[in-house]
Amino acid sequence: MKSTMGMILTGGKNDRLKELAELRSSTAVPIGGKYRVIDFVLSNMVNSGITNIGVLTQYSFRSLMDHLGSGKEWDLDRRNDGLFIFPPYLAGEHSGWYQGSADAMYHNITFLKRSFEEYIVVAQGNCVYKMLFDDMLNYHIDKKADITIAYRDMSDFPVEELSYMGIMKMDDNGRVVDFKEKHNHPESTICSMGIYILRRELLIDLLEECNSLGKYDFVKDVIISKLNTLQIYGYRFNGYWRNLNTINAYYRINMEMLNPEIRHQLFEENGKVYTKVKDEPPAKYNEEAEVSNSIIADGCIVEGTVSNSVLFRGVTIKKNAVVNGCIIMQGSVIDEDVKIENLIIDKNVYISKGINLKGMPNFPIMIEKNAKI
Amino acid sequence: MHNKEIIALLLAGGQGSRLGVLTKHIAKPAVLYGGKYRIIDFSLSNCVNSDIDTVGVLTQYQPLELNAHIGIGKPWDMDRINGGVTILSPYVKAKVGEWYKGTANAVFQNIHYVDKHNPEYVIILSGDHVYKMNYSNMLDFHKENNADATISVINVPWEEAGRYGIMNTDERGKIYEFEEKPQNPKSNLASMGVYIFKWSVLKEYLIRDDQNDESAHDFGKNIIPLMLGEGRNMWAYKFNGYWKDVGTIQAYWESNMDLISRVPDFNLFDPAWKIYTPNPVKPAHYIGPNGSIKKTIAAEGCMIYGKVKNSVISSGVYIGEGAVVEDSIIMTDSYIGSNTYINKCIIGEEVRIGNNVKMGIGENIPNELKPSLYDSGITVVGERAVVPDDCQIGKNVVIDAYLTSDEYSTLNIESGKSVLKGGTSE
Repeated sequence: MKSTMGMILTGGKNDRLKELAELRSSTAVPIGGKYRVIDFVLSNMVNSGITNIGVLTQYSFRSLMDHLGSGKEWDLDRRNDGLFIFPPYLAGEHSGWYQGSADAMYHNITFLKRSFEEYIVVAQGNCVYKMLFDDMLNYHIDKKADITIAYRDMSDFPVEELSYMGIMKMDDNGRVVDFKEKHNHPESTICSMGIYILRRELLIDLLEECNSLGKYDFVKDVIISKLNTLQIYGYRFNGYWRNLNTINAYYRINMEMLNPEIRHQLFEENGKVYTKVKDEPPAKYNEEAEVSNSIIADGCIVEGTVSNSVLFRGVTIKKNAVVNGCIIMQGSVIDEDVKIENLIIDKNVYISKGINLKGMPNFPIMIEKNAKI
Repeated sequence: MHNKEIIALLLAGGQGSRLGVLTKHIAKPAVLYGGKYRIIDFSLSNCVNSDIDTVGVLTQYQPLELNAHIGIGKPWDMDRINGGVTILSPYVKAKVGEWYKGTANAVFQNIHYVDKHNPEYVIILSGDHVYKMNYSNMLDFHKENNADATISVINVPWEEAGRYGIMNTDERGKIYEFEEKPQNPKSNLASMGVYIFKWSVLKEYLIRDDQNDESAHDFGKNIIPLMLGEGRNMWAYKFNGYWKDVGTIQAYWESNMDLISRVPDFNLFDPAWKIYTPNPVKPAHYIGPNGSIKKTIAAEGCMIYGKVKNSVISSGVYIGEGAVVEDSIIMTDSYIGSNTYINKCIIGEEVRIGNNVKMGIGENIPNELKPSLYDSGITVVGERAVVPDDCQIGKNVVIDAYLTSDEYSTLNIESGKSVLKGGTSE
């Protein structure tokens, strides 16, 4: 891939993820048995040969910092380049919190200026997909575009959740002619994936201009306001892609990972997905275990019945417990004779003997971290 | 450079020839164990957990897999600026290049490595054993007794004592006699192959041993008896816990199966004594809609569509729809086709077994070529071998490593037969 750097936006506060993202950045939400959401975009960049990557963090970034560390799991603990994390800071006139995505990038513009790469991929950190950016960059160069935005037809996504996304419209040549963000009545199912490719120097110019006008938002103030003056093109992506923006989407994405075709796309095609390593022994199943259509991580001990579920590392399911359609995060314990269905159970939860709890597939019950029920 | 109090030398050069085809291309310490580990991980993790941060690993036989596995020691936190893990392989010296002639000779040839760290004590370990042990307790015992050498021992069943090096001690643990594989053992305290020495004392004996042309240059056979004979202060440190020399096909299989019992004697789930190993970059494993898994341990990256019982499944294994796997060990990245039946087999790494295969069926007839190795009913498939569709394979069968499907002259392989590389089916 041509000389390209990466920038990951971890976004603002997301109340629609409720308790899941109360104490952690939405990009640090655990997913798929052993991952955090940000692993996907980071791995995509690394698999595309990008080794100079900045991560802009804002809300509850401690969990994200803990997860990313020095970047060694992504082979980003480099002598040159590597992983750079940019939490908000106080300096001079700058008041601390980033006021928007463009503001966040502007306040770390030194990172952009000090880098040497010709192009930059700017991408949201809260999406689950597998994509190499090479093809998109070639498209960008072929089209002689100023900015290229990846998009996907989201007709396989619930209509009510499209209003949280950016809806794009292209002309016959692929040039973006309309972009509406978070519109209550989306006109189509063509959604922006929040992935942008442009020249690094153009980004620096755009950010400086944006700041001089007192504006903050990359999508609204940079992209949408420049639709007429810049050559902005759309790049179509057809693979699996999901945006984690509601608790229902979170539940659905985990359940979709049970589908072999989607698992294949996410974990076998176009490189591996890297994540922070924990040293757990292999999962252990005792005589009574009945398990079907489920993802089970290392360190689990299963003695009960588990179906259509995702168990993270070190989860214990005791005898006669029946678990169906649940997402159970690291270290939680489901005691004997418990019956649970359609639950999202955060880390280190204990569900005592004999408890019976049932949510709905489109309205899963959420159990907070460290709760004891 | 500040001196280390103790450093470890890990002897990982042995072939482990009684593991047959499993160690044809890799050294015994590199053999997979327990779904995600290699045998050497236990000694290495014991070092880390005992605060020993300088380890020399002595390799000789088929070291490639081992070298790749250990690398710079990252998984064990041994990528240190001062100390860490160092691979010590035989090398060419000014006049001669020579292989390690025995365990003591291997250490002798690396005296300079130890001297560089200038430790007060060295601990000699073997990379062949599965156990969890706190070496720092043993070092305390060694210091209390102001010993020249301390040998870690374990109670073995009396009827098996004749297979080990046996220590005869007084009631406090001071060794007065050592017998290698005695016919009439006087004690059942067997050496575990874990020794702590005062380095200055050991160095002297290694140099003297090297000058003795009749010596086999072995710790058990030469160094220990010589030291005892000269009245050195030597103690036996008693270890109570799980310790297995997984040296035979049967012992290897049994020890893996120990891990799947409800409350295993050997617990890998102890957070205070973790066993470290390089983690594969693979997703959590998946059990299919018609899959079933009971009394089994399974590692990451597996896809299990069939039924699995009483087995150890390593990472990245695929088990097809309708397949049944029982009482078996399946190693990393192997593929088991649909409707295949596997009973009491050890399947090596990256093996491909076709559809509708039956393995481990029929009578228990010992292997005709190597009856002493393969006599416990276990059929073994070497790494990267292929077993074609519809193949029927008996018990105590050996399928050679890297065997291709063209090399089978028949698809009906009876108990006790071997299918070897080069097309010889016997």
